[in-house]
Amino acid sequence: MSLRIVVTVKYVPDATGDRHFADDLTVDRDDVDGLLSELDEYAVEQALQISENSDDDVEVTVLTVGPEDAKDALRKALSMGADKAIHVEDDDLHGTDALGTSLVLAKAIEKAGYDLVVSGMASTDGTMGVVPALLAERLGVPQVTLLSEVSVEDGTVKGRRDGDAASEQLEASLPAVVSVTDQSGEARYPSFKGIMAAKKKPVESWDLSDLELEAGQVGLEGSWTTVDSAAQRPARTAGTIVKDEGEGGKQLAEFLASQKFI
Amino acid sequence: MAEVLVYVDHVDGAVRKPTLELLTLARRVGEPVAVALGAGAADTAAVLGEHGAVKVLTHDASEYADYLVVPKVDALQAAVEAVSPAAVLVPSSAEGKEIAARLALRIGSGVITDAVDIEAGDEGPVATQSVFAASFTTKSRVSKGTPVITVKPNSAAVEAAPADAAVSELSVTFSAQATGTRVTGRTPRESTGRPELTEAAIVVSGGRGVNGAENFAIIEALADSLGAAVGASRAAVDAGWYPHTNQVGQTGKSVSPQLYIANGISGAIQHRAGMQTSKTIVAVNKDAEAPIFDLVDYGVVGDLFDVVPALTEEIKTRKG
Ligand SMILES: Cc1cc2nc3c(=O)[nH]c(=O)nc-3n(C[C@H](O)[C@H](O)[C@H](O)COP(=O)(O)OP(=O)(O)OC[C@H]3O[C@@H](n4cnc5c(N)ncnc54)[C@H](O)[C@@H]3O)c2cc1C
Ligand SMILES: Cc1cc2nc3c(=O)[nH]c(=O)nc-3n(C[C@H](O)[C@H](O)[C@H](O)COP(=O)(O)OP(=O)(O)OC[C@H]3O[C@@H](n4cnc5c(N)ncnc54)[C@H](O)[C@@H]3O)c2cc1C
Repeated sequence: MSLRIVVTVKYVPDATGDRHFADDLTVDRDDVDGLLSELDEYAVEQALQISENSDDDVEVTVLTVGPEDAKDALRKALSMGADKAIHVEDDDLHGTDALGTSLVLAKAIEKAGYDLVVSGMASTDGTMGVVPALLAERLGVPQVTLLSEVSVEDGTVKGRRDGDAASEQLEASLPAVVSVTDQSGEARYPSFKGIMAAKKKPVESWDLSDLELEAGQVGLEGSWTTVDSAAQRPARTAGTIVKDEGEGGKQLAEFLASQKFI
Repeated sequence: MAEVLVYVDHVDGAVRKPTLELLTLARRVGEPVAVALGAGAADTAAVLGEHGAVKVLTHDASEYADYLVVPKVDALQAAVEAVSPAAVLVPSSAEGKEIAARLALRIGSGVITDAVDIEAGDEGPVATQSVFAASFTTKSRVSKGTPVITVKPNSAAVEAAPADAAVSELSVTFSAQATGTRVTGRTPRESTGRPELTEAAIVVSGGRGVNGAENFAIIEALADSLGAAVGASRAAVDAGWYPHTNQVGQTGKSVSPQLYIANGISGAIQHRAGMQTSKTIVAVNKDAEAPIFDLVDYGVVGDLFDVVPALTEEIKTRKG
């Protein structure tokens, strides 16, 4: 038996950098360093663990939709241990919304061939947490999302989803789409050997025509949402800072009382 | 006036507060029609009516509890087809966002997640989002189809607005995908007796500075003196000192209370992402250079093991 895993990874601007918007109200990706979304490292990790724990012949493919530099995210995932990579890149993709992104990803996943898709819980820039659910809807396969524990055995994926009101045990037959949270287990660091090996691993590049998509279906033009304005939040006015000389607790209580919290 | 669908988040008929906030926002855009699914759905009608729902569409079936997400999407889609609403509003829980996105795709509409405000506009509802760890505020619209928008808790006040709330049964046919993901076990969260983290008016949080699970007792004591919920930083959660359900931040809960008190928390960007929109922010930290002090209305530079118990005592004294 063989198991084909596709891991979706996003290239995002560094959250600790000065993230902002470009004039067309899309994310400015030029002025801030980009990287593999930290939350997608967990997805790569779980895919590699499923592969390592399996008797099957497993192939792990990492897939990104993003600009030229998004190759860095693929390289990182390859150096962690993924087998090969697919980069969907096209100038017409600029400004694509969540529905458009899911369309491109779903087409690419189908073209690559898959038994299991593993995604992160959310990107660290858009932070919507919807793409995995959209992929399941588009591919017409079960959605087994937001797992803090995942395993695959005999064509069945199982996992634990820790929700607001309850913790749930989930189960579905493959093919399926899963997403994993940052509670699923620390992601490994690429080893020196892994980094060297990654240089030789194949990275395929696809554009929209390879996926039989038209420019108008994606990008700002194909977007079903429109951003009208983006404004920097005014800095919070500087507050009062006191040093505790034995009275800090009392002083704080005084402040809370003045604000009617006590 | 156009109707606006509001997806009801409830536990066995007890409507959660964010849904009532959605009714306030929905009334700005049209007449709220609520959709309540699963066990206890019919019991939601009275409270929904008190807050402005003109109709309540209900449906109960075992599928809602036994399978993940898709049965609810099927039902909401049936409601959209029955009502032809001007917009669909869904509470921004993890599940709410997944339901909203799949619904939007099915009905050929755009989706906006995590709105913190909604106003009526010439070209449909305008959603305000707080993005990049709340350092930017954007205004967006859905430009195709029926706007589907998820809204964060504490985005509007709960307002009384008595309405008819005519209850009718929604007719739902489940899709082939509905039974794809089985829920084979469910462990409900134990109630702590404290307010829900995302809904609380006051949140008291502890971080790595709390230095041990047993020390969280002093954070809880402060929280209880104020009737607050307890939060934790990821460092405290990763150390195993406090449950992950209480984590505040990018990969935990996003909170927007009237008052947020951060104790022994440095203020990393990922923590700020979950609390920066709080109305009043207070911090106790022994490092005067900690970035959390950039956000505060009031800060105490000091050891939390001195300041927090003293604060709790003083609050108790004042409250008598
Ligand atoms: C601040 C901000 C707000 C936005 N708001 C909206 C909005 O309200 N509505 C809307 O339609 N769009 C919105 N967008 C655009 C949207 O974020 C992008 O279209 C994005 O590609 C999909 O959403 P996400 O990044 O939030 O992904 P999420 O749904 O959070 O991502 C979950 C997982 O999907 C996978 N994934 C996501 N994107 C990619 C990718 N490009 N390549 C490979 N894998 C991927 C990853 O595994 C990731 O962990 C917003 C963008 C930003 C920056
Ligand atoms: C993808 C990603 C997602 C993340 N998501 C989250 C998230 O959801 N939530 C989150 O919180 N973090 C998140 N993080 C982690 C975040 O980057 C920080 O590591 C974390 O918030 C630090 O927690 P802390 O402030 O408790 O610990 P530290 O940064 O170690 O700060 C501890 C603070 O306590 C103070 N202190 C120590 N002892 C005392 C004392 N006795 N009295 C008073 N003060 C004292 C110190 O001066 C220090 O400022 C995420 C990181 C990544 C990469």
